[in-house]
Amino acid sequence: MPGDLLDGDKLRPGAGTYVEDGKIYAAILGIKTIKSNYVNIIPMGGRYIPCVGDSVIGKVEDIGPSNWLIDINAPHPAPLHVNEVPWRVEFGDTARYMNVGDVILAKILMVDETMRFQVTMKDQGLRKLQDGQIVEISPSKVPRVIGKSGSMIQMIKGYTNCRIFVGQNGRIWLDGEVDNIMHAIKAIQMIEEDAHSFGLTERVKEYLEGVTQQTSPGSE
Amino acid sequence: MSEDVISQIKKGHIHKLLSMGRRMDGRAADEYRPIIVETGIIESAQGSARVKVGGTDVVVGVKMDIGSPFADTPDRGVLTTNAELIPLASPTFESGPPDPSAIELARVIDRGIRESEMIDLQKLCIVEGEEVWINFVDIYVLDYDGNLFDACFYGAVAALKNTIVPAEEHGKGENYPMPLSHFPIQTTAVKIENSILFDPTLDEEKVADARLSVTTDENGDLRAMQKGLAGALTLDEVKSIIDTSLRLSKGLREIIG
Amino acid sequence: MSGTPSDIKLIYENGIRIDGRKADEMRPLKIEAGVLKRADGSAYLEWGKNKIIAAVYGPRECHPRHMQNPAKAIVQCKYNMMSFSVSDRKRPGPDRRSIEISKIISEALEYVVFTENFPRTSIDVYIEVLQANAGTRVAGLTAASVALADAGIPMKDLVPAVAVGKADGQIVLDLNKEEDNYGSADLPIAMIPRTGEVLLMQMDGHMTMEEVDKALGYAKKACQEIYEVQKDALRRRYAMSGGDAGEDDSSDEEA
Repeated sequence: MPGDLLDGDKLRPGAGTYVEDGKIYAAILGIKTIKSNYVNIIPMGGRYIPCVGDSVIGKVEDIGPSNWLIDINAPHPAPLHVNEVPWRVEFGDTARYMNVGDVILAKILMVDETMRFQVTMKDQGLRKLQDGQIVEISPSKVPRVIGKSGSMIQMIKGYTNCRIFVGQNGRIWLDGEVDNIMHAIKAIQMIEEDAHSFGLTERVKEYLEGVTQQTSPGSE
Repeated sequence: MSEDVISQIKKGHIHKLLSMGRRMDGRAADEYRPIIVETGIIESAQGSARVKVGGTDVVVGVKMDIGSPFADTPDRGVLTTNAELIPLASPTFESGPPDPSAIELARVIDRGIRESEMIDLQKLCIVEGEEVWINFVDIYVLDYDGNLFDACFYGAVAALKNTIVPAEEHGKGENYPMPLSHFPIQTTAVKIENSILFDPTLDEEKVADARLSVTTDENGDLRAMQKGLAGALTLDEVKSIIDTSLRLSKGLREIIG
Repeated sequence: MSGTPSDIKLIYENGIRIDGRKADEMRPLKIEAGVLKRADGSAYLEWGKNKIIAAVYGPRECHPRHMQNPAKAIVQCKYNMMSFSVSDRKRPGPDRRSIEISKIISEALEYVVFTENFPRTSIDVYIEVLQANAGTRVAGLTAASVALADAGIPMKDLVPAVAVGKADGQIVLDLNKEEDNYGSADLPIAMIPRTGEVLLMQMDGHMTMEEVDKALGYAKKACQEIYEVQKDALRRRYAMSGGDAGEDDSSDEEA
């Protein structure tokens, strides 16, 4: 909790902490963890703050002659320059490729000290997303939805047969059969609501087993 | 931020589900989200209610004071309805005086209450032409997840039903409950492509083509309507919405109390 | 202080106040965190007969643009009383009083928030008073700092606040409406218990130096008590079970 003294003289201040008079305090609401001598606070909430290399799901919110402005669920929108897309786009021809409301898979290319961001679509798998559905969760819950080495998300994919992409910015894209999308969304919402309780994996598994058994025979 | 721009994918998903006769949250087309009504929550008001319709949350307070009647209705109390879309409730609401949407909302609520003759305004006359009770119905939205029209209407109706006329403190005899003569219920439906959905969520509202609010009284008569948004409804659609509204109003009336 | 009519008794001979409290006793305080769906963080507070909701949005794009600071976030608080929160209906919209209160609360919160983490953004704090019964500015600030923590905003500490004052010639903690109206001094104050830093303070009325000393002593003790209620609200929000977070692999996955 903000202001809580984090004990241990040999520790060094990590993420979510601050130092005052040589002592380390928590700066955010979250759970204390210690990793290789650093004390960190894993946040329980908060907005998405981009880091270089993060994969995110963005939404085109404006178009310029040589770039698009992408809403990445961060405090500021991020420009996507024509040089950073997998197509050759002539000056002024941007709207032919992507329009306001289109959704893309992108990577954070650059973050500067005044919180200006840039995104790119020039990397493997980055593309414009079509069909499917998007759900939004708190960015701080993204690691739970993914699970240890991707175990949670693999389980959801396995039971629902959906294609799923989890953006670090809390947006999740899913595609598959309509009922299965709904089940996967329900599972993700369960994880978001109960992110920090014991036995979560088991409960999600139970839910998915239940619903997929009901619908799999003679699926529409 | 582009809160208002719904993504093509969400839009496509809503349309796809609708073509299969389904909604995102699994409700039937004419099914309301859970409605929770709490009354008498504000002691400083003469009547109050907090109403949740799904994720939408509103608080309504009724304040009464003595003032002069309007010249054209010297023997009737006065009803004033105001709605505030405060920025606490949504990232898209801005501070400042009520914008056109807040004014339309307040006027639609006002019309439903006034035209249904819910309040017996004649009984709120103290001295004809001089002194009448003035009712201020003030609506504040706390959390916005679609269908403000109905949430605010139920809040206003529940608050009025809970109102005590403060006669004592004004030296006008004993306090008495607000004189009410009818019990209006409003329903709101939106049209998305060829589907009609009641109690739309925020995501559904964002892709809606047209909206129709219908207010009926306990006798099944129509008392007010408002069509909104830049799409069109056919006459058959209008009739079907009214029929459904009448059917739903019975159950809703029980919930609102 | 709106006046001191001598015929109104605020404290009985046995030292008990009209609502049954002792001089250094607070009204019951309840806080719940995370009460709204749309806001990034929120808190609902009941303190005596005060009922207040606070919500936080941000850090987000700063509007109006000219207020952007390239080096840090700005904290913009809007304190508002609902029209039915007071005995005579208040006209909706800001007045001079609410604008002043908004300003001093913004400044108090700006001190604790690590604003330099979020250049060019705004952290918007909305305080809505549903029912008012003396002390709404300190209650609003108390709720707002819980909402900020709930929103995951990095901050130095929570900010508890309380009003102390003087009624019937005695120093009393946490004035009720009658004491506020007919008492002879009012001193709202916000203080971080751990450091003793004072982040908001106003005073009106008439007190001697000794009385101010005593009042500040009451306030200090009360802020510690309020602080515990704030932390408890945040703890309950997540029913902190000492969960098993932290070992997850946060790399993303593609189908």
